[in-house]
Amino acid sequence: MADVTFTVDGKQLTAPKGTLLIEACRQAGIEIPAFCYYPGLSLQGACRMCVVRLEKVPKLQTACTTPVAEGMVVTTESPEIAQARKATIELLLGNHPLDCPVCDAGGECELQDMTFKYGAHESKFVEIKQHREEQQWSPVIYFDRPRCILCYRCVRVCGEGMDVWALGIQNRGAGAVIAPNKQDHLECEECGMCIDICPVGALTSGTYRYKTRPWEMTHVSTVCTHCGDGCKTTLGVRRANDGMEIVRGDNRDKSGLNGDFLCIKGRYAFDFANREDRVTQPLVKQANGEFKAVSWEEALDFAGKKLREIRDTRGGKAMGVIGSSRITNEEAYLLQKFARSVLGTNHVDHHRTADYPSFVAALKASQKQEASIADFGTAPAILLLGNDPTEQHPLLAWQIRTNVRNNQARLYAVNHELIKLRRQATSFLQIEQTQYAALVAYLGGNNAALAGNAAAAGFREALRKEESVVIAFGSEYRGRDIEALVALGASFPNVKFACLGDYANSRGAADMGLFPDLLPGYVPVGDPAHFAHEYGAALPAEAGMDIVQMFDAAERGDLAALYVASEDPVTRYGVDPTALKNTFVVVQDMFLTATAKLADVVFPAANLYEKAGTATNTYGDLQLVKKAGDRAGVRSDFELTVRLAGHMGHDLKALVPFGKGVRSDFGQTRGAQSGEADRHAVWLTAHHLEIKTSPFDPFAIFDEIQRLVPAYDVPRLDLLAGNSEHVKSDLVQIQTGASRRDLVLPANDTLFTSGTLGEYSTMLHSVMESKVQNPAETAAD
Amino acid sequence: MAYLTTHPDVVPVVSYRFGKGAVDIDRYIELEGYSSVRKCLEMEPDAIINEMKTSGLRGRGGAGFPTGMKWSFVPKQSAKPKYVLVNGDESEPGTCKDRLIFEYDPHSVIEGTMIAGLAIGAKMGFIYLRGEYRYLINIMEKAVAAAYAKGFLGKGIFGSQHDFDVVVQTGAGAYEVGEESALMESLEGKRGVPRIKPPFPAVVGLYGGPTVINNAETLASVPHIFRIGAAEYAKLGTERNGGTRLFCISGHVEKPGVYELPMGYNLKKMIYEVAGGILGGKKLKAVVPGGSSVPVLLPDEIDIGMDFDQVAKAGSMLGSGGVVVLDESVCMVEFALRTIKFYRHESCGWCIPCREGTDWLQKSLTRLHMGGAVDKDINNIQYIAENMLGRTFCPLGDAAAMPTIGFVKKFRKEFEDHLNGKGCPYHPAADYELATV
Amino acid sequence: MAAEKTTIFSPELAARFDRLVTLYPVKRSALIPMLLYAQDEVGYISDAVVAEVAERIGIAELDVRNVVSYYSLMRTKLVGKYHVQVCTNIACMLRGGNELLHHCSQRLGIGNKQTTADGVFSLEEVECIGACSWAPAVQVNYDFHENLTTELMDKVLDEYRAKASK
Repeated sequence: MADVTFTVDGKQLTAPKGTLLIEACRQAGIEIPAFCYYPGLSLQGACRMCVVRLEKVPKLQTACTTPVAEGMVVTTESPEIAQARKATIELLLGNHPLDCPVCDAGGECELQDMTFKYGAHESKFVEIKQHREEQQWSPVIYFDRPRCILCYRCVRVCGEGMDVWALGIQNRGAGAVIAPNKQDHLECEECGMCIDICPVGALTSGTYRYKTRPWEMTHVSTVCTHCGDGCKTTLGVRRANDGMEIVRGDNRDKSGLNGDFLCIKGRYAFDFANREDRVTQPLVKQANGEFKAVSWEEALDFAGKKLREIRDTRGGKAMGVIGSSRITNEEAYLLQKFARSVLGTNHVDHHRTADYPSFVAALKASQKQEASIADFGTAPAILLLGNDPTEQHPLLAWQIRTNVRNNQARLYAVNHELIKLRRQATSFLQIEQTQYAALVAYLGGNNAALAGNAAAAGFREALRKEESVVIAFGSEYRGRDIEALVALGASFPNVKFACLGDYANSRGAADMGLFPDLLPGYVPVGDPAHFAHEYGAALPAEAGMDIVQMFDAAERGDLAALYVASEDPVTRYGVDPTALKNTFVVVQDMFLTATAKLADVVFPAANLYEKAGTATNTYGDLQLVKKAGDRAGVRSDFELTVRLAGHMGHDLKALVPFGKGVRSDFGQTRGAQSGEADRHAVWLTAHHLEIKTSPFDPFAIFDEIQRLVPAYDVPRLDLLAGNSEHVKSDLVQIQTGASRRDLVLPANDTLFTSGTLGEYSTMLHSVMESKVQNPAETAAD
Repeated sequence: MAYLTTHPDVVPVVSYRFGKGAVDIDRYIELEGYSSVRKCLEMEPDAIINEMKTSGLRGRGGAGFPTGMKWSFVPKQSAKPKYVLVNGDESEPGTCKDRLIFEYDPHSVIEGTMIAGLAIGAKMGFIYLRGEYRYLINIMEKAVAAAYAKGFLGKGIFGSQHDFDVVVQTGAGAYEVGEESALMESLEGKRGVPRIKPPFPAVVGLYGGPTVINNAETLASVPHIFRIGAAEYAKLGTERNGGTRLFCISGHVEKPGVYELPMGYNLKKMIYEVAGGILGGKKLKAVVPGGSSVPVLLPDEIDIGMDFDQVAKAGSMLGSGGVVVLDESVCMVEFALRTIKFYRHESCGWCIPCREGTDWLQKSLTRLHMGGAVDKDINNIQYIAENMLGRTFCPLGDAAAMPTIGFVKKFRKEFEDHLNGKGCPYHPAADYELATV
Repeated sequence: MAAEKTTIFSPELAARFDRLVTLYPVKRSALIPMLLYAQDEVGYISDAVVAEVAERIGIAELDVRNVVSYYSLMRTKLVGKYHVQVCTNIACMLRGGNELLHHCSQRLGIGNKQTTADGVFSLEEVECIGACSWAPAVQVNYDFHENLTTELMDKVLDEYRAKASK
């Protein structure tokens, strides 16, 4: 695109031909106010705030609908423009209610901001204001028509952005309203995009409404704890009786890899953290089968001694460790290090939702690259095999839709169900649920593989014309099928791949070696390379039992001890509760889950919103997790594992290299509140004293991870700034060609379920209940 | 019953066939009907357009844009099909002329549409009538069917290589739909909200293809231009304002009616001679020369020729040719209020200045008319109207603002007489209801 | 077309609608005529009308309602058998439109946008209907009545009353 040169307020600017004047000005630091203009959504020209004076044009023009032209002369600051902006605000504030004292938007309202900057200092309006009663359109969404300025952002983000089209405009003139698709309520995905995009308080959230003021909260940007997309969510937290209560979540600052976007879970499903029935004290099971709350010393002492005894008498081979997909990388890494170097066992596993080992092996074999989530927003062509991103990876769905809408990207989708994303597809192919492997063969030229599927040929023909493709595949593909898929993809001139797994840190759990046969970085346990030196002679060489085998062993009486960190395998895998009757079970979790109920000792654990560390999304994007909420009595999984090791008599410095890390510079868990600078560390440095971090510092482990797992040896600057860094997948070491048991158990979550967290989210439950009463109408094609 | 009125000064061009049974297609043909389009079938599109330019025909809907020039904006090549769209939405208060064309000479509209189609390369025309004109839609549909039956429409019209289809479309009650881009939106089955311009309809219009949109009277005039000759047509009017037009005279006159008069005909003469002077011999107070959207004229301002340029020079607009005459019994505040009430009702609501401005103005004027205002409220009314002018998404905002500014400026004293509890000297017990949502 | 497709409309109207959607380059252009003609038959645009029209055009019900709510002639409630629409815009106002409205209101015993108890008449104050030179004017359903006086108006109402009794 050739550049054009034009003048704005006497300053000469250049911008590519076709750039909107408002964008060109904003990028040059010239502020042009606008309500209805919103990048990425269609133009409206409705609010008239962005009017500017163009030389030789008799009427003021809206900068949002004017593309820059060679030689254009623009005035954005003048008495005329000031008056135009002032009058627009005055007209808007005519019917606008004086709700500021009670309106949720107060303090973060664009109309307030604009009024202060551009509006009149007093109102001339003395008439009666239009009024309509407030309405509740869904458990989550409230609408106050009097506050609405009819900027139509909500309508556009719901339609163009989310492809839900649940909001419309009705009536005419001053009586015009935003209307929900079911006349008095909404049938939608409850994502809440409309609420956060609303510049005023017309659309407000049922979970946050009237609770607090923006300046009463601390805002912490962290990573969502739900699906594998790894969206940034800014949590608003506030002091409560027993900790820091999370009051709301949003992504209004549009930071992170998700930009504007958040789904219902990232926005609202934090309420599990605030529940009354969280475990907040250590519990020890008594002889009568009931739990008794005890002191930390007592619980740790008991558990530590018992574990040590079992290790010393029956050996590591009788002990198992089950980790989680919703703990940090540091916690996952520490857990497997604990298992291997303290317990001496390779019986380590977690709830696997995707076959990451086969994926990274295939990437290594084919020398191809992994896609970051960002690639789905820019690639000219996307191939989606299996998965239903609308439900399972909403950010991916958003990226695809935005890419198709704004860049005319081409989506090729294959699924056994008529997924909603097919509406954006250039070509959609429906196959049987059993034909995913056959599909890959077909795309590779084997016509017999999909014989009988009339649409297949056309699909393949269109797809093969593409030169640059990003391929995402769901958990329908495992093992050798992934190998075949990657090999097929390699036949495109430019290709990248993404493996779609569930849960916030399923990828991290895999990368960090929560496997019976793999060490962190997919190093085989039988060939441990540098880990042998690192972990010492205690590192067992034989592959251990996987999660299913562990429970089988327990049933036989061969598993004497089981340590479960923030996972509920009894529910997930349908384990018979009696299987663990001869096992000493230590569980750390937030709630008395089915697994916790069977434990001998339960420790109160923090969730991902209450700890610091890093997490990796399913696309390999690494991000910092920051501590937002807090709850008296709970400890991070990290701390719990360290303390257990300590009470087993283990040398903590060997487990956690605190104090020696050269790059230990985060210092966030030393009681420091989220977001605060580690002033102590700063003081120590300034006085040339050694920074002493504690054994509970996850970043001491992060140092070790970066040292031992080459894929994670990425620069920290972007992470510190709140951005993501893509792991270096091509440096992951793995023994290629090994065949492994397929233990992938997809979460099959929807927008309204999220494993254990979803079970305990009252908010998600209420939304699901409302949907049962009002079955959704599918959008017309 | 709507009918044409006559007067010695009337020059029947577009109304040439009124009252002669031209609804019947055979009668229409007898009266030189469909001869113009046959002529145009033998002409090059550019030649047709040049004739239109020579005729000096300007849009009869309100904007007065030169028709030939408008047609020339349509690109010769287009990937998307082109269309002709007849604007028969006629909703400007004071305007009732297109109605007569639909009722008495519907085929002239069809023929004009076809000629426009030949000029721009369109194969399809839509004749959009406001929803209230249901009986006229019926007449128009019958006329279209008759034309199809004769092979004048459809494939190979008049035995030529050209195809042309016509669909008659009903509106459903919305003044804003008279705005050309809102008209397209309505025809596409959507809310009548205007589109962002540029692109202009001639380049991107109906269904994304180049579209020419003309008022019904404008298009109905086209066959007559070819019938009497473009130069002759131009001569009937004034410089740069060729031809004749239908003037709708209403209000306080002895002989209200629709009269076809040459462009540039003197307004004073129109009122006092053609329309028979003020009703009951009363005194003239004000004249709205071109439909409610234009600024009002005082009695000493009406000695002007009624063409686009002269009326503009006098500070108003020729607009739709709806001449509304007010005598001394009219309360100008009430009149201003009724005018604003219309725009408030019809505002599509898309943009802030019009939606909020018309609502605010109606409330203020209501309060003022009833006596509940103080002096600064008059200034505020002026302020609101001035800050709507030129700031809105479409000209409806201007249509509401300009008359309001005119009333306040030219009848300030009358506004002041209502202030401070005095209320309306003309209607002490005025009972206007506030607009309900 | 399925042989047994259910419709809430009369066979003639259903057939008309089947044809209507074929007239345009884009089906959606049939929406407004379809809604109005449906209203003529059903009396108003009911939920059932919205549902069937949405299906015929292939758009969501929300989109249909968005359009219905914009246009003045489209109603979502029943009105009287004879809907008396009195224009009070400027030309009619100058020739007694307000008085005519007031008279109708008195004579019928109802106010603006109300219906008589027997359902025969309803009254609405409307904007310019395009009869300015023959003011004051009234539309009853789609019929024009012009050059009215209160006496002539009474005659008009009597005629409709008589028609209603048949």
